[in-house]
Amino acid sequence: MKDALIITKRQLLQLFRVPEVFIFSTIQPVMFVLLFRYVFGGAINTPGVDYVQLLMPGIFVQTVAFTVAGTALGLAEDMQKGLIDRFRSLPIARSAVVVGRTLGDATLNVVVLVVMALTGVLVGWRPSSSTFEIIAGFILLLIFGYAMSWMGVLVGLSVRDSRVANSVVFLFIFPMTFLSNAFAPTTGMPRPLQYVAEWNPVSTMVAGVRDLFGLEPMFGATANSFPSQNPLVMSLIYIAALMAIFIPLSVRKYKNVAPK
Amino acid sequence: MSAAIVAENLVKTYGGDHEVRALDGLSLTVEEGTVLSLLGPNGSGKTTTVRVLTTLLRPDSGRATVAGIDVMKNPQQVREIIGLSGQYAAVDETLTGWDNLIMFGRLYHLSSRGAKSRAEELLEKFSLTDAAKRPIKTYSGGMRRRLDLAASLIVKPKVLFLDEPTTGLDPRGRQEMWEVINELVKGGVTLLLTTQYLEEADQLADEIVVIDRGHVIAKGSADSLKKDVGGERLEISLPAAHLGETQRIVEGITKSIATTDLQMHKVSVAAPNGTATLIEALRQLDAAGIQPLDIALKRPSLDDVFLALTGHIAEEKIEEVVGAKGKRGKR
Repeated sequence: MKDALIITKRQLLQLFRVPEVFIFSTIQPVMFVLLFRYVFGGAINTPGVDYVQLLMPGIFVQTVAFTVAGTALGLAEDMQKGLIDRFRSLPIARSAVVVGRTLGDATLNVVVLVVMALTGVLVGWRPSSSTFEIIAGFILLLIFGYAMSWMGVLVGLSVRDSRVANSVVFLFIFPMTFLSNAFAPTTGMPRPLQYVAEWNPVSTMVAGVRDLFGLEPMFGATANSFPSQNPLVMSLIYIAALMAIFIPLSVRKYKNVAPK
Repeated sequence: MSAAIVAENLVKTYGGDHEVRALDGLSLTVEEGTVLSLLGPNGSGKTTTVRVLTTLLRPDSGRATVAGIDVMKNPQQVREIIGLSGQYAAVDETLTGWDNLIMFGRLYHLSSRGAKSRAEELLEKFSLTDAAKRPIKTYSGGMRRRLDLAASLIVKPKVLFLDEPTTGLDPRGRQEMWEVINELVKGGVTLLLTTQYLEEADQLADEIVVIDRGHVIAKGSADSLKKDVGGERLEISLPAAHLGETQRIVEGITKSIATTDLQMHKVSVAAPNGTATLIEALRQLDAAGIQPLDIALKRPSLDDVFLALTGHIAEEKIEEVVGAKGKRGKR
């Protein structure tokens, strides 16, 4: 565990050595907040509630879902550079490097979420629930991001090339985040897509976080399906499933990984 | 003396459509405190051997020990006592040299203070103190390699593995690296070094093992390998008109067949008696009124040895192709 924290520390140290990377990766979600708030905000009809209240949970979920990309890219780059080889030749636990990396990415998420929340408040976001529920919402976001990060570990170690990692991840993360209730009502989608959106973990997460931030279910789904009715439960099931699948697979992959 | 590295009959095949036997029954032994150079063209199995010995890769079959510890059964114990420096500078480029050495020191379970003093020592030793606080990205190729090497020496390894330590360096960087390695060897470390540069093996190694297609095809000191291929040869360059007569004279002296290169205007013959043959040839040529443009005793270079052993030259070009597949990473 101590070894993992050294790896985490290394990742955070990188932020200080190359602050540009960090600054731009924070600007991006902030830009999303502003764009959606002012570009789509006027076009999407949300009776009874400001669009920005619905938007913020959506963007939060999208951002933590993208952790999969950060993790995958970082590990693929370490593979490419031969760093993983060196780590594997050291007398440290086989899980240390990947655990350290996911913890590092989780720490980054904390910072990014804080910056985004502050931006949100500036443009009118006001969660109406109790402090306790708001904190619970953010914790849920972080845990979801952490679970997605483990998927990134497997992708990064499998493709072993940062450019490929980039394309692979964006190929599924973009549809996954947009084919959801995050930014617009799913009711406008063709019927089959509505079902996909309904069961999409991003949707259940968004609905769950909206609930925790004191909003009525909205943008959601059409049917009285289980995920629409129980978004929090469903989200926790998804998170547990992601971890149960990807943690063992990733650690095993790390043991046997070899550069191209 | 006891063996610091033993490999017995290592076999490793990579699957796929075209099955490749990367290691095909490779065996070698490195005595404690000596330097062994694994010499071979690209794709001959050098890196695979190092990966097996440093616990990064499990062979399909065979046995290997490092400092008496079984590599397959107790990999974690092996990792405690080895240092590895790969083909590419495997350090974090965004961090400074100092950051890297501290990180690796901590991962080798040095205390915070221990890691710091070791980092200072190593930076000093490898003349990197001035660059310590700069990101690795700004380092020259040679500096990068030195830092990479420093990172592999943090815990004073019993056995050190250097996989192509000078590939991609310019002549000056290579020279500097050789000096550093020679310095280390004097300190008594056991070293296994792979290289495709024959000159490098000649410079650094006590023993050379030549491998090709995953198995050992020759071993010995640089001198003995050269001797195996053939002893000294007498080479005489002279004007075209005298080639025929010269050939007759040297054949008379050595009682063996000489070869004449008509294009290079050169006569060449095996010279078992070395300088005696040279003197006798000069005397007889002078008597015949022939004045050579150049006359020399030549010992075969390791390149000649390599060519004779593998039937092909050590092609550095091949490396570019392998490099393009990402084996060496970006530079």
